[in-house]
Amino acid sequence: MSFLRIKTLLVAGFSLIAVLSVTNSFANENANEGVKEAAKKQEGSFNVTETILEHIKDDHSWHLWGDKSIHLPVILKTSKGFEVFSSEKLVDEHHEPVVYKGNFDYKLIEGKTKIVDASGNVDKEASKQLWDLSITKNVASLFVSVFILLVVLLSSAAAYKKTGVKTAPKGLQSFMEPIILFVRDEVAVPNIGAKKAGKYMPFLLTIFFLILTNNFLGLIPFFPGGANVSGNIAFTMTLAVCVFIVVNLSANKSYWEHIFWMPGMHWSMKLFLAPIELIGVFTKPISLMIRLFANITAGHILVLSLICLIFIFKTVFASAIAVPFAVFIGMIELLVAFLQAFIFTMLAAMYIGMATEEHHHEGHAEAAHH
Amino acid sequence: MVVGSVAAIGAGLAAIGAGIGIGQIGKGAVEGIARQPEAANEIRSNMIVAAAFVEAVALFAVVVALLGNG
Repeated sequence: MSFLRIKTLLVAGFSLIAVLSVTNSFANENANEGVKEAAKKQEGSFNVTETILEHIKDDHSWHLWGDKSIHLPVILKTSKGFEVFSSEKLVDEHHEPVVYKGNFDYKLIEGKTKIVDASGNVDKEASKQLWDLSITKNVASLFVSVFILLVVLLSSAAAYKKTGVKTAPKGLQSFMEPIILFVRDEVAVPNIGAKKAGKYMPFLLTIFFLILTNNFLGLIPFFPGGANVSGNIAFTMTLAVCVFIVVNLSANKSYWEHIFWMPGMHWSMKLFLAPIELIGVFTKPISLMIRLFANITAGHILVLSLICLIFIFKTVFASAIAVPFAVFIGMIELLVAFLQAFIFTMLAAMYIGMATEEHHHEGHAEAAHH
Repeated sequence: MVVGSVAAIGAGLAAIGAGIGIGQIGKGAVEGIARQPEAANEIRSNMIVAAAFVEAVALFAVVVALLGNG
């Protein structure tokens, strides 16, 4: 027990140090950008909403430090075929969108690439044919997290192949084993049942680690992180659709019976319940999607608005309040990053469990009804 | 201007609702753990799931407020 307490204390201490260093550098970086922006539009007041949204949205360039940033490639598919060019060509030195002349004339309109005609207006007909397959900040960040996951998970998998499961884990393996066992023993088995849990473990572990890695990368304010991947609704929607497909493909007969023809009810009640239950099939993945998106986005907005307080009050002394609060929120965000990965996996497992559950009470219900 | 203020009121109301909800969940969990300390782990994980449901409703409101604002 006492050992456990010391361990908890150590973990808390390390996370405190990690958060302190991370959030401080975040503040500095943000300050630089804010100052630059303030200098750019000297007479205009500091626009909080614009600044915050600029930091949480997807982008064609990945900011490194100062005025250095990586310009990611823009990949477009139009009626004249594919076209690849650097996103540097879509903006001028003041980060204002300019027209790039490729197969068509391209211009960024509100962050989206559109085809414009000679006078600079959007060519709606041609833009409909435009498929933007660019490697944006989110996509690049997803590559980073996939790379991390592959290195960590494949190396620990290789360790199991070499030594088997009987020997004590080593290195990364001993870090991963408790997390994987946590997902199996706390998430999969209680919700799905020991017999069927093994079949769904790969899926559950995949979504758990993917969300966890992206949440943590989103909390790192500088280069390898900083993209708001799990706070992007398209990303969470993809995950939710995967859950939807897995749940509905593994659903058994009694699951569908409980949706369309609820056993043990009067027929009028059955008719009344069917549409409600049918809506429930779709609202479950939708709530998964919005929960993850809103939690992560809200956390980012919270930290950013605390830092923005410094620029609203236009005094460096505001940082005496803003920075400790941002550190505090950052620590909560560390918890939320783990919690949201856990909850998403937990609910996915719960829905799978509901879909594959064997019902034995039909006989009793029918008997009670008659 | 008016839209922004209404969105802020909406977000505030959602925060009140979620606060009451999560407060009730925390109260129930702490009471349960006090009565049965050996079930603490199970109660805690159930509490987190229930809190996530309540929180999600508040966050829906935040999303609606954001959309309404923009």
